[in-house]
Amino acid sequence: MVKLNGSKGYIKRISGPVAEVVCPGIKMYDVVKVGNEKLTGEVIKIVGDTGIIQVYEDTSGLKPGEPVETTGEPLSVELGPGLLKNTYDGIQRPLADIEKMSGGVFIKRGINAPSLDRTIKWEFKATMKKGDKVKVGDIIGTVQETELIVHKILCPHEGKLESISSGKYTVEDEVATVSSEGKKKSVKLYQRWFVRKSRPVIEKFPPIIPFITGQRVIDTFFPIAKGGTACIPGPFGSGKTVTQQSLAKYSDAQIVVYIGCGERGNEMTEVLQEFPHLIDPKSGRPLMERTVLIANTSNMPVAAREASVYTGITIAEYFRDMGYDVALMADSTSRWAEAMREIGGRLEEMPGEEGYPAYLARKLAEFYERAGRVRCLGSDERYGSVSVVGAVSPPGGDLSEPVSQNTLRVTKVFLALDASLAYRRHFPAINWLKSYSLYLDTLEQWYVDNTSSDFPKLRKLAMALLQKESELQEIVQLVGSDALPEKEQAVLLSTKLLREDYLQQNAYSDVDAKSSMKKQYLMLKTIMRFHERTLGAIDLGVQLKKVSELGTRTRIGRMKEITEEKLEEFEKLQADIDHDFDSLLKK
Amino acid sequence: MAIMKEYKTINQIAGPLVFVDNVSGVSYNEIVEVTLDNGDKRKGQVLDISERIAVVQIFGPTAGISTDQTTVKFLGETMHLGLSTEMLGRAFNGLGEPRDKGPKVIPKERLDINGLPINPYSRESPNEFIQTGISTIDAMNTLVRGQKLPIFSGAGLPHNQLAVQIARQAKVRGTDEKFAVVFAAVGITHEEASFFIRDFEKTGALENAVLFLNLADDPSVERLITPRLALTTAEYLAYEQDMHVLVLITDMTNYCEALREVSSARQEVPGRRGYPGYTYTDLSTIYERAGRVKGSKGTVTQLPILTMPGDDKTHPIPDLTGYITEGQIILGRDLHRKGIYPPVDVLPSLSRLMNSGIGGTKTRDDHKGVADQLYAAYANGRDLRSLSAVVGEEALTDVDRRYLKFADEFENKFVRQGPYENRAIEKTLEISWDMFSALPETELKRVKKEHIEKYMKKK
Repeated sequence: MVKLNGSKGYIKRISGPVAEVVCPGIKMYDVVKVGNEKLTGEVIKIVGDTGIIQVYEDTSGLKPGEPVETTGEPLSVELGPGLLKNTYDGIQRPLADIEKMSGGVFIKRGINAPSLDRTIKWEFKATMKKGDKVKVGDIIGTVQETELIVHKILCPHEGKLESISSGKYTVEDEVATVSSEGKKKSVKLYQRWFVRKSRPVIEKFPPIIPFITGQRVIDTFFPIAKGGTACIPGPFGSGKTVTQQSLAKYSDAQIVVYIGCGERGNEMTEVLQEFPHLIDPKSGRPLMERTVLIANTSNMPVAAREASVYTGITIAEYFRDMGYDVALMADSTSRWAEAMREIGGRLEEMPGEEGYPAYLARKLAEFYERAGRVRCLGSDERYGSVSVVGAVSPPGGDLSEPVSQNTLRVTKVFLALDASLAYRRHFPAINWLKSYSLYLDTLEQWYVDNTSSDFPKLRKLAMALLQKESELQEIVQLVGSDALPEKEQAVLLSTKLLREDYLQQNAYSDVDAKSSMKKQYLMLKTIMRFHERTLGAIDLGVQLKKVSELGTRTRIGRMKEITEEKLEEFEKLQADIDHDFDSLLKK
Repeated sequence: MAIMKEYKTINQIAGPLVFVDNVSGVSYNEIVEVTLDNGDKRKGQVLDISERIAVVQIFGPTAGISTDQTTVKFLGETMHLGLSTEMLGRAFNGLGEPRDKGPKVIPKERLDINGLPINPYSRESPNEFIQTGISTIDAMNTLVRGQKLPIFSGAGLPHNQLAVQIARQAKVRGTDEKFAVVFAAVGITHEEASFFIRDFEKTGALENAVLFLNLADDPSVERLITPRLALTTAEYLAYEQDMHVLVLITDMTNYCEALREVSSARQEVPGRRGYPGYTYTDLSTIYERAGRVKGSKGTVTQLPILTMPGDDKTHPIPDLTGYITEGQIILGRDLHRKGIYPPVDVLPSLSRLMNSGIGGTKTRDDHKGVADQLYAAYANGRDLRSLSAVVGEEALTDVDRRYLKFADEFENKFVRQGPYENRAIEKTLEISWDMFSALPETELKRVKKEHIEKYMKKK
């Protein structure tokens, strides 16, 4: 918790979440305690002696004349052991502690709880010794925070280690001291960082490794890179949240930061109750052990919603600096943009497009720019990444609105959710014709090396088929499918397999919710094999009707249910397909 | 409590807003009592307060308020509602004063009507199936206790009938517990309100109901208060009295109109279609007041009704609502024209909490598969309907024709039911399997094989 540095003043005016205060010496973006209840706020504008404060809590009952005090420090987060498994509100107050301090299920005002637990004693293992030279970002020791994750303690200072010792410490205890230029600085298990400032790195690199999500439509057709950015726009009910949650659950990120920004309370609860029960397949530990949740639901104060994405990304960057691959899910950035609009409106700022502030584009770009694959600060060669997946909720599903447009300009992967797919329960409802990924080329080599050399080729063929299907569908709409030549009808038959048995994935099925790259490849290969054999058979005069009656076609429909342990069944299926066609040709 | 201060310093009156000069010690959101020269009293609320000027929004007409003869009294607290279980069976006006001839309610507790946000950490996730007895809802858009599921309707569609049918039939299986109903009428006509009251009376639900009525000719600014009164009452009954509460609010469109009216009077920068930029946040402070919480047996389930202007789902009101609520039940004009009741258009309808409330022990193991299959098959049938309108039914394949027939059967056997027909979930699923049997088994990809064997009647 921050001490107040003394600069004091009083409230002049209150309008919604915005308060005007008179406080000499107030600084831009300083955190301010407002009123008798000491509500937390942040300075967002200064005119002369008057500061405009966005208040992170409900302002009902505040009066002009009540005192105001600044902390002299911008909004910051606490970074250290205790972050994982925790659930915070938008300004990093732990919701569990708020529950205790509120004494009930409702969030009372003016509660100040430390972000990191001050009572837990962590087992600190020093990895450097007294006398070592340290640079900013060097790992001086580790804490086994959860069974899944080792928390690396990063040195915030440069100089010589004067003292360091392993042992049990709380986050506030001094674990080491560093001297530089005759001054001694102490190192604790935690540090503070201003949320609106990105944490420094040595260098940013282009992304070359895919962020494997376990979702076939994404990994195969629209891959996201580690350190990349993606946006998921879609109207309500098209499955944004389910898609985001699937990514949080099944992706191969080591750390997941999930921001519920202005979303539904019950949905956040679902996440909170479900994640502790989800097991990481690699380690057998609950997924919660690698997760930080930030929940600022729609009815929680709007200013804290504005801050929540910064809180989230700063935590993500901190874990990246330890050398982890971090995934950040923001659901939804539209609510964040609306929070900016609401506050901008209260400040009587000149509005830009659709009432959003003119700096919307800049803020969105700044946020997504904090993603990336980087070489972290420190003398050892350490690489980490933050991948950002932002959901966008365009009003009426119309992508021409400013938040979608400005997001599309800065993100590299566009996963277009489609209401009409959702209506027919095609999930994930990602439209394969409208979506794109700009990482396909840079990631191709990885796919060749790690799945199969013919994977990129298969993907291109499958995509071409799906494109062809949409052209054919237009003709079918006019004349019916019987009027098409057999070969084109065969395309429709194969793309039906692609759509229903490959692109569709059931997030609620134990087996199907996640597919490894290997399984994806085998599934795609099976379908494309079927297609190839169909075309061959038609060339030799076999009727398409006969092909569509083949038993293996129905089995393709069930291949999703093949578990990862029994992938050899695909070989059998492919052999049976060949056998089926061979016997067709013999007739 | 602070000494109450009275002022005669109104400086400006604009629409529902009154600007009071030279005030001191007034707090944001404080409640105000305005006394006219003829003794009439009106209530209001502080919307903006600076060192000298308070902007007060009057609940009611501003007719008769003058700058020199009207007194303004600041009551020193935000809007509170006195609560007690004695409110059950009573009717109140849009400001919470008794509207029936009954006595004043003696409050056991007074709560701020704006409520406080529920800590997401303290919520329990809603997962108890509510059987409404309506096939389209139970099978495909399942309602669970603690959910907020709005009905998106249009002018002239039977949303009120559907709402009372749900209120009448809703129950959690295996229990006889009745829902307490809190009903908020927001700007609806006298006729509509009496339809609800009559129905509650007829079915005996009234004694278990609390009614808040703001009718079309009541002051529109009051509409911003009425739903909050209803929800404060609901929260009290649920979280402090352990009751299961069903909140019906109709019509949220009128609420948003009132919000826009006040916003434009304050000369705020308008957002889409003139609705203020904070409409989403404001609506969320209403809709989010539903759910289950730790340490309390009671639940608040919300069923708001709104009419989509021009049946347009992308209009800001349904659009913002859909982003907050956990799904939506959409009524379709086409179905209504065909004479089908309830005209629930299942394709764009959705219940986000459905999956946690169905299956094995809650309903039946095949429920999820059946629902998905119904969606997929009906969507396909509907597409084919428009195709066959162009190319004629003869040009379709045999399978396609079966889908066409499926779509017709679906509307006539599954969607259609009587306003007093209470279908158990088993009956609904049975109808579904009956319809599936007309499709080839290779098409039934959404249902599990073992369920086909178990539930499909062989023909």
